[in-house]
Amino acid sequence: MGLTKRLNGVHVDHSKNTAGMAIKRMEDPEKVYIPMSQNIGAPCKPLVKAGDAVKVGQLIGDSEGRISAPIHSSVSGTVEAVIQGMTQYGKTDTSIVIKSDGKRELADTVVPPEINSFEDFINAARDSGVVGLGGASFPMAAKLNIKPGSVDYLIINGAECEPYITVDHAVMVTYTRDIVDGIRNIMKWLQIPNAVIGIEGNKPDAIAAFREVLAGDSAIKVHELRQIYPQGAERVIIYETTGRVVSYGMLPLNAGCIVSNVSSVLKLQHYIKTGVPLVSKAVTVDGNIVVNPQNVEVPIGTMISDVIEYCGGLKEEPKKIVLGGPMMGRAIPRDDLAVMKANSAILCFNGDFAQQRKETACINCGRCVATCPMSLMPAKISRAFKDKDVEALMELDVLYCMDCGSCAYVCPARKPLNFEFRQAKAMVMEASKK
Amino acid sequence: MQAFIYPVIIAIAIAFIASLLLALAAKFMSVPVNETQVKIREQLPGANCGACGFAGCDDYAAALAAEGSTVKTNLCVPGADAAAAAIAAILGQDALDVIEQVANVRCSGLCDSTKPEMDYQGIKTCAAAKSMFGGPGSCKFGCIGFGDCQKVCPYGAIEVCNGLAKVNREVCVGCGLCAATCPQKIIDIIPDVKRVFVACSSADKGAVTNKLCSAGCIGCKLCEKACKFDAIHVEDNHAKIDPEKCKNCGLCAKACPKKVIHVYPKPNVKPFVKVG
Repeated sequence: MGLTKRLNGVHVDHSKNTAGMAIKRMEDPEKVYIPMSQNIGAPCKPLVKAGDAVKVGQLIGDSEGRISAPIHSSVSGTVEAVIQGMTQYGKTDTSIVIKSDGKRELADTVVPPEINSFEDFINAARDSGVVGLGGASFPMAAKLNIKPGSVDYLIINGAECEPYITVDHAVMVTYTRDIVDGIRNIMKWLQIPNAVIGIEGNKPDAIAAFREVLAGDSAIKVHELRQIYPQGAERVIIYETTGRVVSYGMLPLNAGCIVSNVSSVLKLQHYIKTGVPLVSKAVTVDGNIVVNPQNVEVPIGTMISDVIEYCGGLKEEPKKIVLGGPMMGRAIPRDDLAVMKANSAILCFNGDFAQQRKETACINCGRCVATCPMSLMPAKISRAFKDKDVEALMELDVLYCMDCGSCAYVCPARKPLNFEFRQAKAMVMEASKK
Repeated sequence: MQAFIYPVIIAIAIAFIASLLLALAAKFMSVPVNETQVKIREQLPGANCGACGFAGCDDYAAALAAEGSTVKTNLCVPGADAAAAAIAAILGQDALDVIEQVANVRCSGLCDSTKPEMDYQGIKTCAAAKSMFGGPGSCKFGCIGFGDCQKVCPYGAIEVCNGLAKVNREVCVGCGLCAATCPQKIIDIIPDVKRVFVACSSADKGAVTNKLCSAGCIGCKLCEKACKFDAIHVEDNHAKIDPEKCKNCGLCAKACPKKVIHVYPKPNVKPFVKVG
């Protein structure tokens, strides 16, 4: 472990207004719209049709793809329709509309799985419907399906370095024991000798809670991460906790690591313990115009407008609604979109916060270069992108960019750098396909 | 007096030796240039658009000038008949007619007829805007209007006015660069002689299109009934014209209640535009 260099980043305002708030369970909305593609990989096919009665935890969508996660009903009631609708990624997709009866009856299939072998464990991970809840929505079963014993580090990501979001914090404080049980389960079946829980230093109560539960356990360590964005990015957290470098084209697996978000581990453990699959997700509802900012456990498929309504509505017309954190989240043009598994925050801002500042010329100050955690040269990449110079983009390693937005955050010229790089990456990928 | 004579003599001597070397190099290291190729290249417009199927004007000229070449002389669309005739004359062949092409934008959604769905704050290019929920407009099939086509056109023949790309048919040579660039794929390159177009590509249902855009095709099929040549059909909720069958009669345009079928006046003789 030769930690010779500390990775760069930006000191963003934490704005953790909802820190310390317990997660409230939202009552079932009148209707849920459950999209059929909630994970990276193959989308699911609906298994129910209009008129069917469904219960909480019942399987309503599945796919035979290797990289996929099944989808379960989040409410009990009747299927109203199977429609083609817009998802929060801006794509048209199949959604199942379920009218809730408000009873929250559990399906008969909800029983704790019996796990006696590695295969049973992977099947349980698949049946749980858990995907990477940090935002990437990579199916958990596909991530864990490795040769047992081939990985020596399990890294649990509790950094939550994005401003505003506090759900992982709340989860870590509330369900410390369950998370530790989940980690031990994964370590047991995948034969992983070490685990590290990476938590950013701005959550001392979560760190203390884990240290208390883990007293005397030498296999699982708690690593206090520096308070600098983006400590929670996969490559960054691997480097910070183990000192290993994951280069482009490498998976964490190749570096002997598996990285998982705390919430994903908790949901998996929850399924193993109770048999209830992933049917709800905790999200932070915050922003300067939300009446009651809070952490809410939302049934999957609830309309974003319903969630905002539950939090007391908005004080004024929003200028920008962002899903996820303000650094990497995506702005959405409308609020009649369904909450999906990997959502962690709904942030609503008015014009004071979401103002568009005028872009000016690059003054070659080099702040973006000093900030990039991947040590790229954003200003040069931006120029190469403007020239549509694919070769130069490749040379500048644009594919290493993980879209953290640090460069755009510090840019005094207000250049939309990471948005450009997203386009540049698409350009390079397309060119390399040819 | 003698102080400066030596440097002058040395400089003259170096110049003489260097020119000798250059003359020798020109003689022994010269690359033979095909004169026909040079002549042909002079006749080509130099847009390097690739409409001929070759990697630029030089490549096309080389292919034409090659011994025993069977490459046709009428492939240069921007150069049109003038270039084809000149090339044929150089090669001593019969002049072949060039089918003039022209770009056509399949959208009529001006800022007045359709509304934006969001206040887009990102990079002002169509490709970037499309990555955000399919573009800032409420219609996800129409022209985004940031002018990617305008930037790529070597002739300045396409221009965005009032949120919609418009082709100047007098100037457009049909090279197809705009059609390849458009992220919405709503630019068609069709023979110049075809003058009737459906200016909409919305695949939304008629009722939805009607709500989103006052100038959109609602798929009512009145044009289908009006057409005597079976040339226009509603597919994907909008009308499409088969250029093979269309006779430019314009009956469909008269029948269209939304006036999205445009009839252009007869083309004039196109000026030969040379770039660079």
